[in-house]
Amino acid sequence: MSAIVQVNGLNKTYDGGFEALKNVSLDIREGEILALLGPNGAGKTTLISTICGITQPTSGAITVGGHDVIDDWRAARKLIGLVPQEINLEPFELVANTVRFSRGLFDRQRNDAFVDQVLKDLSLFEKKDNRIAELSGGMKRRVLIAKALAHEPRVLFLDEPTAGVDVELRRDMWALVERLRADGVTIILTTHYIEEAEAIADRVGVIRGGELLLVEDKARLMSRLGQKELRIELRDGVEALPDALAGFDLTLSDDKRSLLYTYKTGEERTGITRLLSAIQDAGLTLADLQTRESSLEDIFVGLVHTEEGEPS
Amino acid sequence: MNWNGIAAIWRFEMARFFRSIIQSIVSPVLSTSLYFVVFGAAIGSRIPEVEGVSYGAFIVPGLIMLTVLQQAIQNAGFGIYFPKFIGTIFEVLSAPLSAFEIVIGYVGAAAVKALLIGCIILGTSFFFVDITIQHPVWMIAFLLLTSISFALLGFILGIWARNFEQLNLVPLLVVTPLVFLGGSFYSITMLPPIWQTISMFNPVLYLVSGFRWSFFGMADVPVAASLAAILLFTALCLGVVWWMFRTGYRLKS
Repeated sequence: MSAIVQVNGLNKTYDGGFEALKNVSLDIREGEILALLGPNGAGKTTLISTICGITQPTSGAITVGGHDVIDDWRAARKLIGLVPQEINLEPFELVANTVRFSRGLFDRQRNDAFVDQVLKDLSLFEKKDNRIAELSGGMKRRVLIAKALAHEPRVLFLDEPTAGVDVELRRDMWALVERLRADGVTIILTTHYIEEAEAIADRVGVIRGGELLLVEDKARLMSRLGQKELRIELRDGVEALPDALAGFDLTLSDDKRSLLYTYKTGEERTGITRLLSAIQDAGLTLADLQTRESSLEDIFVGLVHTEEGEPS
Repeated sequence: MNWNGIAAIWRFEMARFFRSIIQSIVSPVLSTSLYFVVFGAAIGSRIPEVEGVSYGAFIVPGLIMLTVLQQAIQNAGFGIYFPKFIGTIFEVLSAPLSAFEIVIGYVGAAAVKALLIGCIILGTSFFFVDITIQHPVWMIAFLLLTSISFALLGFILGIWARNFEQLNLVPLLVVTPLVFLGGSFYSITMLPPIWQTISMFNPVLYLVSGFRWSFFGMADVPVAASLAAILLFTALCLGVVWWMFRTGYRLKS
């Protein structure tokens, strides 16, 4: 797969001297769904704004569809749709008119049939002649998406699309993302909900303090850093960890009835066999065993934590 | 050129105008009619003719200019300030539109609105006074240039303003006094010599004078000077707009 968006050595320093992006390089493949994950203020929005031409880069180069966003900005921008984080819409304007406006801005000829279809896809069609001010928050967010899709973009940026959104809309949004992907649209979404990245992304980029820490296939990222937790329930509780088990990295649950053991799934030796026989030798009786795969969230927290600069 | 984009902005701005049709049209027409009643009929009947033109007719060009200036500034200023204020400006800035195209869209719409209102007021004035327009083509030209240049000024103010108060500050404190002191309601020959000289530094005088000349063939300053003044002002505004977009002044970070 070829890269539809290429970011090379991008730096952005705001007037106040704040370094929002530090030497970011990133290739986004055509047709993929990339999730940019990071805490608030990590530089996710700055990265998107710079690709979209709203923020001027301090240095570095960006191309979209092979077009440089500075030198060949018209061609580059026509390919991009942006759903911003903030809900900013003209309150007195009609839904259909704002969507038509967006289509025109991006140099597409008026096509009311297409706009109607976009509105239908987003369950907005019944509201097309309503004023924006009359819509609920969730509906307004749908309008933002409709506006971003009105000019048939090839690359769609979703900046925190599901922040403060109800479950139903979130599911709709994910379904929409799937549909768009089927049409070959490349989707970049920023989020600090890891479950979102986990649910829909092909690749995950982690950004913190203006630096892109890594970009990796979601599955590989999870297997590389993935941990599993083994929960060993004991028939009879224990007051403290038996001495015989001191050599294992075990914790005793608060109710003193289970032992918790974490291990990396990628490792050759997980130590489980040795642990289980040690437990048997210690004379404990097992009631149940459970394993739980760590979520992307656990990985993410671990990653950001280690990168925090603690020497390890 | 992104003509679709220009048309989209233009249509959107015109829709705003027609949405608030009362505020857009009825209010300037009403206030102009009041000027006619007060200055034209009540006070004007006691003022002798000005160079062979009845006072009621004499103030028509000034009245039109007054409203056109205010409307052009207001419409363009609000047109660009409001998206900035509510945040929708990001869309325009991320669209494949050059600064020039954005200006054509917003300033074009504001100028057309101001021009429409100018024509409506002219139409209204026929109900109150007898006027014949000696140079209709020049009249249209002056009206058009004024609408465009002051819409440009409004656009600049809209980008500059950080709040609604600032947006209204310049029109209120600078433009309105200049218009009133620019011979809208009198010929500067009526003033003492020292004030005549001071008035020469008022740019609006040149506009009103040129515009009045197109009606009645009389002018406070040569027509060429009027034309030069308005072209200079347009060029100046264009220069400022160009600089604003080039530096991203209060638009981009």
